[in-house]
Amino acid sequence: MSSSPSLASRLKGRSELGVALLLGAVGVVVLVDAIGLVTPYSKTDPVGPKTIPFVVAGLLLVCAVLLAINVIRGGQGEAEGGEDVDLTHPADWKTVLPLAGVFIANILLIDWAGWVISGTVLFWGSLLALGSRHYVRDGLIAAALSLLTFYGFYLGLGIALPAGLLEGIL
Amino acid sequence: MDVFSSLMDGFATALTPMNFLYAVIGVVLGTAVGVLPGLGPAMTVALLLPVTYALEPTSAFIMFAGIYYGGMYGGSTTSILLNTPGESSSVVTAIEGNKMAKAGRAAQALATAAIGSFVAGTIGTALLAVCAPIVVKFAVSLGAPSYMAIMVLALLAVTAVLGSSRLRGFASLGLGLAIGLVGMDAVTGQRRLTFGQPLLADGLDIVVVAVAIFAVGEALWVAAHLRRTPMQIIPVGQPWMGKEDWKRSWKPWLRGTALGFPFGALPAGGAEIPTFLSYITEKRLTKHPEEFGKGAIEGVAGPEAANNAAAAGTLTPMLALGLPTNATAAVMLAAFTSYGIQPGPQLFATEGPLVWALIASLFIGNFLLLIINLPLAPVWAKLLQLPRPYLYAGILFFATLGAYSVNLQAFDLAILLVVGALGFMMRRFGLPVLPLVLGVILGPRLEKQLRQTLQLSAGDPAGLWSEPIAVVIYIIVAVILIWPLLYKLWRRNRPAAAPVSVPVAAPVAAVTRNDGGHATNVPSANVPDRNGPPESKEQP
Repeated sequence: MSSSPSLASRLKGRSELGVALLLGAVGVVVLVDAIGLVTPYSKTDPVGPKTIPFVVAGLLLVCAVLLAINVIRGGQGEAEGGEDVDLTHPADWKTVLPLAGVFIANILLIDWAGWVISGTVLFWGSLLALGSRHYVRDGLIAAALSLLTFYGFYLGLGIALPAGLLEGIL
Repeated sequence: MDVFSSLMDGFATALTPMNFLYAVIGVVLGTAVGVLPGLGPAMTVALLLPVTYALEPTSAFIMFAGIYYGGMYGGSTTSILLNTPGESSSVVTAIEGNKMAKAGRAAQALATAAIGSFVAGTIGTALLAVCAPIVVKFAVSLGAPSYMAIMVLALLAVTAVLGSSRLRGFASLGLGLAIGLVGMDAVTGQRRLTFGQPLLADGLDIVVVAVAIFAVGEALWVAAHLRRTPMQIIPVGQPWMGKEDWKRSWKPWLRGTALGFPFGALPAGGAEIPTFLSYITEKRLTKHPEEFGKGAIEGVAGPEAANNAAAAGTLTPMLALGLPTNATAAVMLAAFTSYGIQPGPQLFATEGPLVWALIASLFIGNFLLLIINLPLAPVWAKLLQLPRPYLYAGILFFATLGAYSVNLQAFDLAILLVVGALGFMMRRFGLPVLPLVLGVILGPRLEKQLRQTLQLSAGDPAGLWSEPIAVVIYIIVAVILIWPLLYKLWRRNRPAAAPVSVPVAAPVAAVTRNDGGHATNVPSANVPDRNGPPESKEQP
């Protein structure tokens, strides 16, 4: 039972252990961070800034261990359903990863290129990732939506979204 | 008649032309977004939060009132016409509602849902107006220890009682509390979990976290499992009800209201339990038992009323104590804090006019829902046909816009993506999102309360239970932690099973407890009498 294929087969379908790992990691981070805090003794604040972080770290670590045990024993979290959710097919990473990519592009672009451009990229790219194939129509809709929200926020709500590259034109 | 005159003042505020306009916009936006599949009331409020930023608080909350009830109503329309409810609170409505729609009685199902919502919402809001000041009067007499105990109760009750796995609930709570820790400690000014990043010193914006969990997490999750075959949508005309429908509906409306409000007002009560209780009550009392399972109007009228009364009930602890007990209330509470309004028992004293205007606009919103939505139902039904790529691209677009407009920082968008990915993972592995959101909101307040309490007792932990009410509440907390399984039973006992066994089966559940969630099969649902001892676990 020590060869790697069998290990892999034992781990297969146990991806939920990753959740336990995440909980444990967050717990450790909270713990380390709390230890690093200095608590000046104070009569007015007997609890100090450390107590709650210790409690939270403890809760996370206990949950991590219990969840790991639970998963190894065959427990499983119920994936969430919904109107548009079809759980019969596995997660479609070919949709999710491009979506995340478009999202990151927007983060990088928004301050430099401005909302109108980055928002257009975001909406158009998301449509593409989600399987829409009307490239031109989608592009027009995306640009219109970005322009509309830009002016709507500026005129209606008094919030000035960044104009970026189009500064002076808008 | 203090309540009455305050409420009249509230109406005076809410009925000024501008505020009335905001109420109308709120109702229409709330319903429209609520009807869209995948968008529940909590996400609706989270997405529309930024739109209200430029408004003054009173107008903003008047709009929220409309969005809240509109979102609830929109959700039930979806569940009747699509049969795959997105919201746990409309699961029960879908059972009979969709059967009715398939049998060509969609108009009546929508009508009884709309009118029932109106009746229940109006009675529920009236109860809210009467109860909230009483709760406040009680709450202001409480000292710091008792108030802290109530907060602990709310947090643990939601975590332990809702959802199918308590362990996963607590894991979610832990993550939420950790997110709540980020930022400068209010007392000593020390930076916690900021990793030297100055942008984190003020903590994570709760609006950004809410939008990330509810909107981005959900959109990514649906994108990963997008249904490729289009769903069948039942065409619908103008909702209407005949005389017979009225006769069969009014009693379920009232019974549903009576069940819904108290459950909504309890911490962790929520809308799931009362809607289900209402369903089994109607099933037992009906004169048309043969129609149940084939589209009985009582099975729509009762649960839908219970759902809306629970929504009003939820606002009681939210306004009177500052405690959110469901996701939508949690997001609204986040909105309060982002306006610099301190939620808590003092709210009625410090923000009286605002609170009463909010309650008045709940009445108004409710009425508007009825007159707007009955004629507009066919339009809402069309919204269901919106191509899915546009829907989910739109959610991402507006979530980004909303989160960015809070501080105009690209850094917030990075947070949005990271927490959104967390929301995705939680949906994948069955971690409930509500404990996380409550942990983020209540965690810092709980810590403040704890430090205040121990400051008063000069560091003596006994100060935590120095008041009798605090002791009582901690006992309740202990009971909840040891024995929370009634709820699980209700869930498993869902309509298919005999409803008779609910109270009897409770002791059995204590033994079949297993945090593997659905992995256990509880036999007690079909145990008709006390002959079902714990050993019956072996029976399939």
